[in-house]
Amino acid sequence: MTERHTLALLLENTAGSLSRVAGLFSARAYNIESLSVAPTEDPTISRMTVVTSGSPQIIDQIVKQLNKLIDVIVLVDLSDGLRVERELLLVKMRHDNDLEKDKILKAVGKLEGALLDTTEGVSTAEITGSSAQLDEFVRLVDSSILELARSGTLGLQLGPKSLNSK
Amino acid sequence: MDKQLRGAEIFVKALSDEGVEFLFGYPGGAVLHIYDEIFKQDKVKHILVRHEQGATHAADGYARACGRPGVVLVTSGPGATNAVTGIATAYMDSIPMVVFTGQVSTALIGNDAFQEVDCVGITRPCVKHNFLVQRVEDLAETIKKAFYVASTGRPGPVVVDLPKDVTAAVTSYSYPKTVTMRSYKPPVDGDPEQIHRACDLLLSAKKPMIYSGGGAVIGNASEELTKFARLLGYPVTQTLMGLGAYPGSDPQFVGMLGMHGTYEANMAMHHCDVLISIGARFDDRVTGDLEKFCPEAKIIHIDIDPASISKNVYVDVPIVGGVRSVLRELNQAIESSGRAPVDRATNLWWAQIKEWASLKCLDYDKTSKLIKPQSVIEALHKVTDGDAYITSDVGQHQMWAAQYYTFDKPRRWINSGGLGTMGFGLPAAIGVQLAFPDSVVACVTGEASFQMCIQELSTCLQYNLPIKVVSLNNRYMGMVRQWQEFFYESRYSNSYMDALPDFVKLAESYGHIGMRIDQPGDVVGALEEAFGLRDRLVVMDFITDQTENVYPMIAAGKGQHEMHLATDDRELA
Ligand SMILES: Cc1ncc(C[n+]2csc(CCOP(=O)(O)OP(=O)(O)O)c2C)c(N)n1
Repeated sequence: MTERHTLALLLENTAGSLSRVAGLFSARAYNIESLSVAPTEDPTISRMTVVTSGSPQIIDQIVKQLNKLIDVIVLVDLSDGLRVERELLLVKMRHDNDLEKDKILKAVGKLEGALLDTTEGVSTAEITGSSAQLDEFVRLVDSSILELARSGTLGLQLGPKSLNSK
Repeated sequence: MDKQLRGAEIFVKALSDEGVEFLFGYPGGAVLHIYDEIFKQDKVKHILVRHEQGATHAADGYARACGRPGVVLVTSGPGATNAVTGIATAYMDSIPMVVFTGQVSTALIGNDAFQEVDCVGITRPCVKHNFLVQRVEDLAETIKKAFYVASTGRPGPVVVDLPKDVTAAVTSYSYPKTVTMRSYKPPVDGDPEQIHRACDLLLSAKKPMIYSGGGAVIGNASEELTKFARLLGYPVTQTLMGLGAYPGSDPQFVGMLGMHGTYEANMAMHHCDVLISIGARFDDRVTGDLEKFCPEAKIIHIDIDPASISKNVYVDVPIVGGVRSVLRELNQAIESSGRAPVDRATNLWWAQIKEWASLKCLDYDKTSKLIKPQSVIEALHKVTDGDAYITSDVGQHQMWAAQYYTFDKPRRWINSGGLGTMGFGLPAAIGVQLAFPDSVVACVTGEASFQMCIQELSTCLQYNLPIKVVSLNNRYMGMVRQWQEFFYESRYSNSYMDALPDFVKLAESYGHIGMRIDQPGDVVGALEEAFGLRDRLVVMDFITDQTENVYPMIAAGKGQHEMHLATDDRELA
């Protein structure tokens, strides 16, 4: 009965607000699969995307408890409607011969990623996509990976709805 | 240009503009600028406690009794950490409180400076919100916000951390009249559609039950609750936190529910078909085993905090809103529906409840040669005309006070329900007595709990607080002993209170009066004598029957219908 939900939040861009959210998840033993946060066009407001999972009852509690935090201005469960979700992957891959390099370039091409650099047999690439697509990419090139960094999921509702207007 | 004030002056002025009467506190390096300003004025009265835990409990007791937020000032580091237990206590019971903690200067924060702790970090999980004031320009507005957040919506404690340099810096002062926060909009009115659904469900109930909690007390909904219950004529039960919102002596009241609730209240909960929860949160001490909780009931839940609804138990009709305004609307809906409750069915239901009640689950041995603790509480009720403010500590004495002191008014029963903090009773009584200097205030305690904040006897002397301490001295941590008797084959591991002080001499050495009572025949006389001493604090050390247990009892993990009773000490199904 575990469901995965993507929650988008606007919160006060103050020193403690991130730790309030993180603290809530740890204190109540909720899952965080990913969390990303950055200021919005209004520098006093941050936007956070949290991907979490749990039973419908737990998800209901997570939404209510987050809404209860004084720093949270608005929260939308993106999983309730049409949305776009994207994650960014930066990855460094080693290739000792052309065959390996070819395999990497093919994988990058398949996901419409971009090759950023190749130095001393190491290529760095950037790929955006859904988390599932990035997972698939990582599987394809797994044995070549030197290092990777993922942004965590970002999400927006599609159409005229927005968190600012809620 | 406006007059420039130092942060410390702004602090004191803001409290006075906020209408704060009492500031419960204890000084130290980080708050000395503030103490200097306190010295120079007489609007805000500072109450010097003997331990910061005492300050928070006293402020908490004040808030519970009069409804206005309690206010605390402590220094940084150990001052702040000592206050944490009291902050958590208030948080669990949704008590409005504003706690100001000193902090090292902003330039030193994060340097492991002398008496530095991350107060905002330490208190985060046990406050409604907290603030670190980094600029003196933000001070007045932050104080306003703190009071606003603490006292609106579901109330709770708010901590404001004040670096020392902020209290020294200067700026112009004006106290905001109102404050709005884009991220905080507490709900008030319930959804009319849900109120109608609730009304329909209530009027078609055959075996209805009203289950009221602390929200009815904190939300000042006593009058509306009473009207609601009278309109319908349904049975009412209350939680430990809710006692007094509905009069305990009313025939519709079937007693407290939960772990030590009455047989009739718990059986009625188990068998009801429509349950309305009013500002109660389905705590595990109330529900017992969730799988077995109210198996047949459709549930309506009124609560100001949406997160309390469907948290432990699925609710059919959720109503988010202030208990008082929702009950008003609900009463109106019932009156204007032109419908009446289903008389025939509810008469049968009442007959069933009376049958359960005929078990007289609160009866106890009245012929014993030892003082029965229950009898002391009953006598206390008689001697105080049932009209005293009763604070309590945590343990068996707390349950007996809840069971046997019939509370007819809200805010008279003051105890730490959610956190169960031993040491709460005496300092809480300080806050209550300050809020109501002409009222009778008694602290029901046990010899173990009493010793956890006993230093506050000194505070009581300093401010002439004529509290009556009713200590039920069973020479055990009685509640622990009871669990060990039931669940650990009477292995009384470390629950015996050895090396007790002479409480009479102890009271005297603090400048008060002490009494020791060990004969059942002396109980009433002693209480009359003590309560006759209107301007003195009296410590009454009642030497009670050590073997007495709190009944009825639902063991952890059992259903509400599976109770231990005193009479037969066997499980009923
Ligand atoms: C600060 C704190 N520590 C421990 C406990 C666990 N505890 C609950 S009741 C109790 C015994 C209380 O003994 P006493 O105050 O003598 O009251 P009695 O049960 O004997 O009436 C203890 C130790 C607690 N509630 N609070």
